[in-house]
Amino acid sequence: MTTLSSPDRAAARRTRPTPAPGRAVRRQWSLSKAAVNGALVLFTLYTLLPLGWLVTASAKNTPDLLGGNTLTLSNIHLGQNLHDLATADGGIYFRWYLNSLLYAGIGALLCAFICVCAGYAFEVYRFRGKEKLFGLVLVGVLVPTTALALPMYLLASKVGLVNTFWSVLLPSLVNPFGVYLARVFCAGYVPGEVLEAARMDGAGELRTFWSIGLKMVMPGFVTVFLFQFTAIWNNFFLPLVMLSDSKLFPVSLGLYSWNTQTRGEPGYYPLVVTGALLAVLPLVVAFVALQRHWKAGLTAGSVK
Amino acid sequence: MLLFTAVMLVPIGYAVYLSLFTEQRSGLGFGDARTVFTGFGNYARALGDSAYRTGFLTIVQYCVIYIPVMLGVSLLVALLLDSALARAKRFFQLALFLPHAVPGIIAALVWTYLYTPGISPVLGVLHSAGGQLDLLGHPLPAVVNMAVWEWTGYNMVIFYAALQAIPREVLEAAVVDGAGPLRTALSIKLPLIRASITMVGMFTVIGSLQLFTEPMILYRTAPAVVSSWTPNMYAYTAAFDRNDYGLAAASSVLLALVAAALSFVVTRATRSRAERRSEATA
Repeated sequence: MTTLSSPDRAAARRTRPTPAPGRAVRRQWSLSKAAVNGALVLFTLYTLLPLGWLVTASAKNTPDLLGGNTLTLSNIHLGQNLHDLATADGGIYFRWYLNSLLYAGIGALLCAFICVCAGYAFEVYRFRGKEKLFGLVLVGVLVPTTALALPMYLLASKVGLVNTFWSVLLPSLVNPFGVYLARVFCAGYVPGEVLEAARMDGAGELRTFWSIGLKMVMPGFVTVFLFQFTAIWNNFFLPLVMLSDSKLFPVSLGLYSWNTQTRGEPGYYPLVVTGALLAVLPLVVAFVALQRHWKAGLTAGSVK
Repeated sequence: MLLFTAVMLVPIGYAVYLSLFTEQRSGLGFGDARTVFTGFGNYARALGDSAYRTGFLTIVQYCVIYIPVMLGVSLLVALLLDSALARAKRFFQLALFLPHAVPGIIAALVWTYLYTPGISPVLGVLHSAGGQLDLLGHPLPAVVNMAVWEWTGYNMVIFYAALQAIPREVLEAAVVDGAGPLRTALSIKLPLIRASITMVGMFTVIGSLQLFTEPMILYRTAPAVVSSWTPNMYAYTAAFDRNDYGLAAASSVLLALVAAALSFVVTRATRSRAERRSEATA
């Protein structure tokens, strides 16, 4: 018997051993279909409402924003808001934006590379205490990152790295879960025979990894990169602890500092909202474009 | 070969070194440019401080509300999506996952605005209908709602992936045996994805212990949120408002230990249950 795809499954369920499916049965069916999809739509609305608010609110000026007149499409000031955003506090917002891109871009690239190297090593080589080490990595997954942020701050201040670019970049290079994912991907994508063949052809270990292993595990690389990029981009606690110079702030921290000023200066409200919208956009685009990858990452993590 | 091991060991070694370092450092109280070794004094101080303990109490209350709601809703939505009745599955998955792409800080900002009377269109509609909702006065449900919004979709995708991995034959067998969709969901699908439910639950608890960003934003607008509302806020305040690094480190380490202990207990419990079950079937 072939496995049925979902419409066929529905059909299989619909043909119950009842005497000829009458109208009553069918009506009940369409009702529950409406209920299922209705529930999904409701929940989606709840999910999208704040995002929708963010989109419309970022086009409002201060009085409209503070008057609660936000969920409409009238009185658009988006251009003005963007202009204000670009010029506020000496144009610092786009500097924050660039910082975020640098932290997240470089950090995620290096981190994904390290993770793939480690995962590959765990999967392909045999060495003493391998599984014990891997167990240690898995323990690392469970250690809360924010609990480590303060100790890292103390460590960084000892080394004199506090309030530098490195203080945010270095801790973001370590991602135990990424190592775990990379190992799962290597197990799935890199067949041992291919590596054997490469060695027969006289490629050294490094060459084998570089020209074959890395290429084969590219989808995994992208997945780890995406997750780490998101994590760094969204990270708030680490930069909050490490940085005091506002020129080094990533977007998240910059918006936070502006938000603390809204009390005395309501003019900052539209800046915060419009800035928030711009800070969300790249990630939303990335997730829409790379659906296959984040689904793969979540699947690898959940189906053991 | 050596290179890979090195590349792999560096982060781990760094983490280990860091934790050792914390252990040492946490035993130090910073005087005026003079450090005094106080042993476990800082731990005693942190544990003896009622504000710190109250922070953990906050987390417990938060978990009691948040975890059932979040798990319940994400399981429900995953099961609905997995049912044969759902349409536009890809769209729903993407839409519900999107909050994960929103930085926590921004989610907290947006929701805080939505909670603030005057700014919020939602409260405005409620108000004109004669309703009242004072979320800023009740930070716990306010924070729970933020967390639910941020994480439900993410975990839903995990559950959905697990549901998709259930062999079709099993489901067909259920249909043949005359189980309706509801019965199939409850008696077959849920037990089969128990592993991922446990995993998500564990990560949720660990994440909950670290609660910081959302209350930190609310802290500016909601008077009910004090500076030591959660353990992480306590540690942060200790370090940056009072410059008491010893206390901050001690409270951080304690937090990490609690998280580690919790996850250890959870994994042990589930593993032994699985072993018992396999023995029972053997």
